[in-house]
Amino acid sequence: MAKLTVRDLHTTFGSVKAVDGVSLDVRDGEFLVLLGASGSGKTTLMRTIAGLEKSSSGEVMIGDRVVNGLPPNDRNIAMVFQSYALYPHKTVARNISFPLEAVRTDKAKTKERVEWAANLFGIGHLLDRKPRMLSGGERQRVALARALVREPNLFLLDEPLSNLDAKLRHQARHELKKLHHRIGITTIYVTHDQVEAMGLGERVAVMNFGKIEQIGQPSDIYREPANTFVARFMGSPAMNLINHGGETLGFHPENLLPVGEFQPDPDSLRLRFLVSGLEDLGADLLLYGSIPGSDTSPMGEGVDVIAKLPARLVTSIEVDKEADFFVRERYVNRFDPVTGQRSASVAA
Amino acid sequence: MSSSTPVLPRQRRSAAERAYARNETLLAIGMIAPAVLFIVLLVGVPFGLAIYYSLHDVTTGGTTARWVGLQHFADLLTDRNFRQALGNTILFTGGTLVTTLVLGTILAELLMRDFRGKWIVRFLVLLPWTAPVALGLIGWLWMFDSVFSPIDWLLRQVGLLGSRDAALGIMPNLYWLGDKVLAKVSIILVNVWRILPLATVIVLAGLNSVPRDVIEQARVDRAGYFRRLFQVILPMISPILMIAILFTFIFTIADMIPIFILTRGGPANSTNTLASLAFFTGILGGNLGRGAAIALYLLPVLGGVSAVLLRLIRRSEVT
Repeated sequence: MAKLTVRDLHTTFGSVKAVDGVSLDVRDGEFLVLLGASGSGKTTLMRTIAGLEKSSSGEVMIGDRVVNGLPPNDRNIAMVFQSYALYPHKTVARNISFPLEAVRTDKAKTKERVEWAANLFGIGHLLDRKPRMLSGGERQRVALARALVREPNLFLLDEPLSNLDAKLRHQARHELKKLHHRIGITTIYVTHDQVEAMGLGERVAVMNFGKIEQIGQPSDIYREPANTFVARFMGSPAMNLINHGGETLGFHPENLLPVGEFQPDPDSLRLRFLVSGLEDLGADLLLYGSIPGSDTSPMGEGVDVIAKLPARLVTSIEVDKEADFFVRERYVNRFDPVTGQRSASVAA
Repeated sequence: MSSSTPVLPRQRRSAAERAYARNETLLAIGMIAPAVLFIVLLVGVPFGLAIYYSLHDVTTGGTTARWVGLQHFADLLTDRNFRQALGNTILFTGGTLVTTLVLGTILAELLMRDFRGKWIVRFLVLLPWTAPVALGLIGWLWMFDSVFSPIDWLLRQVGLLGSRDAALGIMPNLYWLGDKVLAKVSIILVNVWRILPLATVIVLAGLNSVPRDVIEQARVDRAGYFRRLFQVILPMISPILMIAILFTFIFTIADMIPIFILTRGGPANSTNTLASLAFFTGILGGNLGRGAAIALYLLPVLGGVSAVLLRLIRRSEVT
């Protein structure tokens, strides 16, 4: 276990700057999520930390050791690939023991560690099988067990849940979090799914164009995004952005409430909301529409603003009619309409 | 069997044609017939003839064929030349196989890397495969020439040959094809030269099919180069390696062209294989029956090894 320090790291492929000046400090035992769309450089950043890509400049330190020039096998890291990258010709047991064999661990110790790792993930009964005989969830567990069988300084996970179906993903997320609590290893987790990032990360770094746009606790990033890019990334559905009175305003769908069913404060931002569509998701009711008179952000005609209400709420809201809505002042985020950066004067 | 009839353009067709299209069995037979005919004529007939010859006393000079039973086969077992040829067949095939596999894997490994001028190296590696066999072999005849051999010249230049204290002796030449051991080495060398391009391309295809993730995973798992090669890459491409082995094996074991052009089985029958001995005995020597019997000794070896390899391929297939 060790802390991870990244200083002004650049990784370029030809003229493409995949990682463009990233600095990071990850505490010993911290769980950091790198969040970004595909092409944002999050995977390249992880691969550079792992040593699978060569950095063009900057520094990567694991513990107090600069590892820039070291190949991946000298960095004592563990990694789980999106595809799990199991060795197809080896049994589960040999897959898990492979990292131990590579560092010439004696037989008794190997056996003990493999059993420990297999039990940790509940795959003790699968040890004699080949990967092709396993389900997606089981493969993922084998990959995790293999990664943790020796004691790595750093644990890197590249979208490990994206190959699982939605149901399994929730459970796996929960288990990953429990696992991290239990073994407390410094973990970097790459994902494009902001729900995963919110649920898992102690801190989240949102990446775009090879740079970190914002880093902080998930709830802080969710409530107070540093700029409109991050705002558009956080939440499901994403934060609403409208141009209103010379500034860009951002608020989450669940904070756009109908007057009548809810009581506005005197300083609440009051808006007329033209509802153009309605979607009942069981627990939530999504209202799609637009704010007349405000220049909505470039997200397409008609469905620029979304409100998310509890479905139990009985409302008189009808499609194609305007209604009075409001957002409490503390939930309104203000951004500079030109730079997209968060305005300095923020009501907290 | 699908019950749907092929969709044909609407046009006037004769009754026979329509009946033909409707009858899928007939169509299937018609489609497969050329292939069957091809195999029967080019494989079946000579094979049957070989069995017939091997059991009869047939010569190119006579017109009679006297039944001799397994006499040819029995005689051969005590024939020194036959036993030498049998040993050579195993030696040449084995030697070629091992050398080709090692060199092919190394070459393919190198060609996987990025370097300047890679395409020209790939082209050069493939070149021996495209050259006509006889032409290439005449080139080799020159390489192994008893006086003008470029290999000997090179050895003399670096001082390994032709002087009093040279490692390879005081003689100015090695007489590649005139020495019993060197002649065998020469045959293996030429076999390797011929088969290496194909083997390299096959192994290269195999290496390209190994997912990059898995190799990177092995690097992260702290495996060094040789552990990655022997524990991850080679086992994963083993089905393809088997195919390379099978091809090399079949190509080499029944091939007599290098021997025919380079040594004619000499010196003193020391480089004959079953294939070349069968040719020299049956065609050039005129004893068709005995020649056929020699060739037929290849059958169980070829059949057995092919069956074993195909079984291994099926078993080692990984998904």
